[in-house]
Amino acid sequence: MATKPEDAPEHCPGVESDSAGKGSACQGCPNQSICASGVALGPDLSAEQVKARLSSVKNTIIVLSGKGGVGKSTFTSLLARTLAAKDANSNIAVLDIDVCGPSMPRVMGVLNEQVHQSGSGWSPVFVDDNLSVMSVGFLLSSPDDAVIWRGPKKTGMIRQFLSEVDWGDTVDFLIIDTPPGTSDEHLSIVQYLKCMNNLQAIVVTTPQEVALLDVRKEIDFCRKTSIPILGVVENMTSFICSNCKQSSEIFPKNTGGAEAMCAELNVPLLGKVPLDPRLAQSCDEGGNFIQEFSDSPATTAFIEIVSSKYIEAEDGGTEKGRFKDYRNPRELKSFCLVHAKPFIFYKLVGKFPFCYY
Amino acid sequence: MLDGVKHIILVLSGKGGVGKSTVSTQLALALKDKGFKVGLLDVDLCGPSVPHLLNLEDQEVHQCPEGWVPVYTDQDQRLAVMSIGFLLKSKNDSIIWRGPKKTGMIKQFLTDVYWQDIDYLIIDTPPGTSDEHITVMENVRQLPCDGAILVTTPQAVAIEDVRKELTFCRKTSIPILGIVENMSGFVCPHCSTCSNIFSSGGGKSLAEYASVPFLGAIPIDPRVGVTGQSVVSTLPNSPVANAFSSIVNQLTVESMEISER
Ligand SMILES: Nc1ncnc2c1ncn2[C@@H]1O[C@H](COP(=O)(O)OP(=O)(O)OP(=O)(O)O)[C@@H](O)[C@H]1O
Ligand code: SF4
Ligand SMILES: [Mg+2]
Ligand SMILES: [Zn+2]
Repeated sequence: MATKPEDAPEHCPGVESDSAGKGSACQGCPNQSICASGVALGPDLSAEQVKARLSSVKNTIIVLSGKGGVGKSTFTSLLARTLAAKDANSNIAVLDIDVCGPSMPRVMGVLNEQVHQSGSGWSPVFVDDNLSVMSVGFLLSSPDDAVIWRGPKKTGMIRQFLSEVDWGDTVDFLIIDTPPGTSDEHLSIVQYLKCMNNLQAIVVTTPQEVALLDVRKEIDFCRKTSIPILGVVENMTSFICSNCKQSSEIFPKNTGGAEAMCAELNVPLLGKVPLDPRLAQSCDEGGNFIQEFSDSPATTAFIEIVSSKYIEAEDGGTEKGRFKDYRNPRELKSFCLVHAKPFIFYKLVGKFPFCYY
Repeated sequence: MLDGVKHIILVLSGKGGVGKSTVSTQLALALKDKGFKVGLLDVDLCGPSVPHLLNLEDQEVHQCPEGWVPVYTDQDQRLAVMSIGFLLKSKNDSIIWRGPKKTGMIKQFLTDVYWQDIDYLIIDTPPGTSDEHITVMENVRQLPCDGAILVTTPQAVAIEDVRKELTFCRKTSIPILGIVENMSGFVCPHCSTCSNIFSSGGGKSLAEYASVPFLGAIPIDPRVGVTGQSVVSTLPNSPVANAFSSIVNQLTVESMEISER
């Protein structure tokens, strides 16, 4: 029997059919853009295929938090950008599995980009030469499009992301941004990634008890699913007034903040990042905060976290000639074939790069 | 289902951490203080914060022949609360459920809680547009549901997700009561300068863009929700209290109009 989502019109051809997203009934259906892209559906790929696709990934970090709005996406983007900037020879991939509220396109400054399909799979969107992103946000035709899906369909989408995206020949870090909570998305990602080497989680929180309450649950989740926890990051720790330079606690540590929780649950605290309105603004604009505000205390805190002993590439960044035997992605990507000039932002169409201006 | 309930108000937001639970609890407390009988249902199964925000953390629900007895915040039993938080053994326990199980739990919450006669039922939801939301929508549609309040913070990353929630309401034909902008500005306790930490005005422009009412902007005040009390009564005349009373007034007027129809 054809699978019809609950919000599909009566004459939905079925999401697995060839005309999914293209039939006359699909006009105006909320799922149209996603069905038409084929990404939500298609063949049911087994965990083995996910494993094969991700065999090039050396380290995986899942960014989690039971609580919403604590800065998971912000942290993910800054972590990715810092790691990418640290070593130009490394390859950093970011996967956004927040299906209902994807933020990566915006915070990475690649809002209106699209993913392309090539023989080797889905090409992610490149933010920098060695930094690429995949998000459901790239598949929606309008910012008002909502993905109103129950769990199984979200799982299907995540599985496709894991098995279909062509991240390149080697990926030093795959960083995964997640939605808040401990539900389908989290279970699915953990299920698929369990077999991978060097899978670790970073838990983001804010200092107040309402957030810590949910974060405790997330730590419990990691333990129950046996994902090692790299550590906890406390975000929005304090706010420094730009006028009088005094600090205030906007989200008061009424129970001792992340420090007390980490001690209680015996997990490392990686660091504390202060609140900086410029960071929120920079995320909205998709800017590179670390570069633009290198003097900000938030930047200092981030750099400290990223360079802490916990976040080390297993099998180091030392293998210099890693790309030797393969096509060199960077060489290939530095020159636009249409405009015949070098460029910074590009997208791959098939194997060929095109600049985006 | 929910037989004695006169008005249902959903509190939604596509974005996490924007203050849905804070708005829900403050709304419930303010309505109670206005003399209404109020129920507050927390359908956030993975991150229930209502028990904490109302200082009800160690309370338990009991069974009676009519169903589950909610937890009351006060002796007069004017504010009844139901949350999965009351059913967990420890605050560290996580609920790791896939959709269908969550759906089952929410259905139970909707059918089996013995609210008795209440004027308002406020439903606090998790972020997103998924299982919990679809289930609540499907069940509440035939009931006296006034509509949904959408909570957002002013910055673009939040507005972006709330636009998706708006689409969700439209698709499922839930009326939108209005948009509340939370965490609008922070007044420095040392020098009284107001900083717009998460920028400002996003909620209002979203309301204009979507042609739905803008219910008000609530500033950041670290004192909100610390004691489990209503800010309208504990911090009278503060900007937060004024913002909340104005929102509550608009809602009660709206719901009177709805019942007259
Ligand atoms: N240290 C900080 N200083 C100022 N603003 C911050 C800071 N960290 C995060 N923000 C801002 O807070 C908001 C929420 O952050 P973000 O979107 O990263 O949270 P999230 O945990 O991914 O949320 P969700 O649960 O909805 O996915 C964003 O506007 C972001 O720019
Ligand atoms: S767009 Fe997809 S869900 Fe909608 S009618 Fe077409 S096939 Fe069905
Ligand atoms: Mg996010
Ligand atoms: Zn000041």
